[in-house]
Amino acid sequence: MKFLTEYRDPELAQSYLEEIRKTVTRPWTIMEVCGGQTHSIVKNGLLGLLPDEITMVHGPGCPVCVTPLHLIDKAVYLAEEKNVILCSFGDMLRVPGSERSLLKAKAKGADVRILYSPLEAVKLAQENPDREVVFFAVGFETTAPANALSVLHAQRAGLTNYSILASHVLVPPAMEAVLADDENVIQGFLAAGHVCTIMGIDAYYPIAEKYQIPIVVTGFEPVDLLQGILMTVRQLERNQHELENQYKRVVRPEGNLAAQKAIEQVFQIADREWRGIGTIPQSGYEVRPELAAFDANKKFSVNIHHAQECAACIAGQVLRGLKKPFECSQFGKACTPSTPLGAPMVSSEGACAAYFHYQEA
Amino acid sequence: MTQFRMQLNCPLPELDFDVITMGHGSGGLLTNKLLDDVILNLFSDELESERHDGAQLSLEGNTAFTTDSFVVSPLFFPGGNIGDLAVNGTINDLAMCGAVPQYLSLSLIIEEGLPMTELWEVLLTIQQCCKQAGVKVVTGDTKVVERGKGDKLFINTAGIGKVHPQADIGINRVQAGDKIIVSGPLANHGMAIMSVREGLEFETEIQTDSAPLHQPVKNLLDEFGSLVHLLRDPTRGGVGTVLNEIARSAHLGINLRQADIPVDEQVAGACELLGLDPLYVANEGLFLAIVADNIYQAALEQLQASGFSRSACIGEVTSEHPRQVVLTSGIGGRRVVNMLAGEQLPRIC
Repeated sequence: MKFLTEYRDPELAQSYLEEIRKTVTRPWTIMEVCGGQTHSIVKNGLLGLLPDEITMVHGPGCPVCVTPLHLIDKAVYLAEEKNVILCSFGDMLRVPGSERSLLKAKAKGADVRILYSPLEAVKLAQENPDREVVFFAVGFETTAPANALSVLHAQRAGLTNYSILASHVLVPPAMEAVLADDENVIQGFLAAGHVCTIMGIDAYYPIAEKYQIPIVVTGFEPVDLLQGILMTVRQLERNQHELENQYKRVVRPEGNLAAQKAIEQVFQIADREWRGIGTIPQSGYEVRPELAAFDANKKFSVNIHHAQECAACIAGQVLRGLKKPFECSQFGKACTPSTPLGAPMVSSEGACAAYFHYQEA
Repeated sequence: MTQFRMQLNCPLPELDFDVITMGHGSGGLLTNKLLDDVILNLFSDELESERHDGAQLSLEGNTAFTTDSFVVSPLFFPGGNIGDLAVNGTINDLAMCGAVPQYLSLSLIIEEGLPMTELWEVLLTIQQCCKQAGVKVVTGDTKVVERGKGDKLFINTAGIGKVHPQADIGINRVQAGDKIIVSGPLANHGMAIMSVREGLEFETEIQTDSAPLHQPVKNLLDEFGSLVHLLRDPTRGGVGTVLNEIARSAHLGINLRQADIPVDEQVAGACELLGLDPLYVANEGLFLAIVADNIYQAALEQLQASGFSRSACIGEVTSEHPRQVVLTSGIGGRRVVNMLAGEQLPRIC
């Protein structure tokens, strides 16, 4: 398949692995930021192929994992108590809220629908003028443009029964939070290619400079990842700290300007709580006040208490790269994809799920 | 959905109703009309136009017996409808026992409001599938449930078949060194359904692979007999789930080679898009044969020569890592293929 098979080529992968082995002289710890990269690394068995000197640590780039507990509770509440049609991307459904997941709410009779595009939710709102339709707008910068577009479409169509429950987070502040942590062990980053496709790469220059750390914008296929790792290791071995772009076939330095414009029209930057990590200043998007009619957070007054996270779950440490999933005492025992204690065990981008499904043989 | 409906070469009989109502399940006149004009009209040969409470059959030798229920939304999808699944699904369960299917039962649970044209089309499909496979519907039942209490149409079929005299199939026959053959490309059925699910629609030419499998199974058993150790059709949960079940029950390991697993390009593309793994997507016309090492080449050649051109040997059984399925990825890494927890859900980005 074009644009896929060539980046899964075994000979090319072997040649990159050989080059990495030749280049590395001492131990390095590298974080891949995005959960999609984590899954590709584990699914393709890359960890077993890399030289022992290289430790890959899995980053916070899993939107489902960092969506705060109280927002999931809110989505469940809206679906159960407010008779709304609650629309969501598929992998949000299994994430446990404090009492139940959206999947369980659906089983108990709530109208929860799995959609692939937020524009489908706008269509649902048009088809159901007597029902409120809420789209659970979760994600990083990658999904923000489509979610923004859904609001703009709804506004243009004059809809009054469509709103989004926004939980958008931003990658650069999260990388800074990881680096600023006293316990930080990360020496190099593979930045999330798809986020940079939208936002461009400018935001990463100051991070590389301030924290003296190499950052390589990297794709998601095995050959992309190996090339990204090689570029990072080369910098580390030479004591460099540059921003480089491995994913040039997709990422333009300025990003996607049309997508950025849509984001800007609908969202503004705000402080944001990250599940398992805490509040990071200026790390998310909220709907602009002038579009409050499309903001489910403002439209529906929901009085739910902020529930406590499960004490046994170490998702926060996993998301900050401080612990590996298998270092958790609950991993694969009390916590499995069918009985998850935390979000990283259920999301298709969660590190715990990746280790559970694809553990190295 | 209309584009997946077939051209009816046998029109719906003139009826004084166009949708199913509760009356059709009452046992009274409307029920009789539905049976006489619609169902017996299609299956009269087998049912011998005599209405009994059950069928009387004469069976000889080893007999396989199975039952399966079919619920699918939407009822009509690219390449088929629930009727194809209801016949082929049960035929294939019998085939996996090494049996040649002979008789089926057919039970319909119909939701009030189902258009007669849709019911007729499904029944016509069932009739055609049975005819092609040489099986007879010998008994059946019809119930109607209130609107909202069902999803248009649920079907249950049970099947009886004669076990091939040379067949010796069972989990206890699987041994280290056996080869794993898959009869064709994976995941077509599940992705065909996914492509027409409300909210997920995408344009594609992917069609269900629904097909009866008893003939290729019979051919294998005719030639290789007891050297065919196990047969399974990886429907729900896909190839990954079935191989895990086999590894766990047999207390043996399984090695798979990703590079050898056939997946059509469109299917692979759709799976990439939605973040699904073809190993866990449903199939309806595919089987796995676990065969003795010394015949796998010949078995594969036989399959490939009889229309299963994409069949492939995808791995082998091993005494290493018992109860685990291990996959060598396209680039040479190794990882475990685990049992799927719950339903595969399309991802965020």
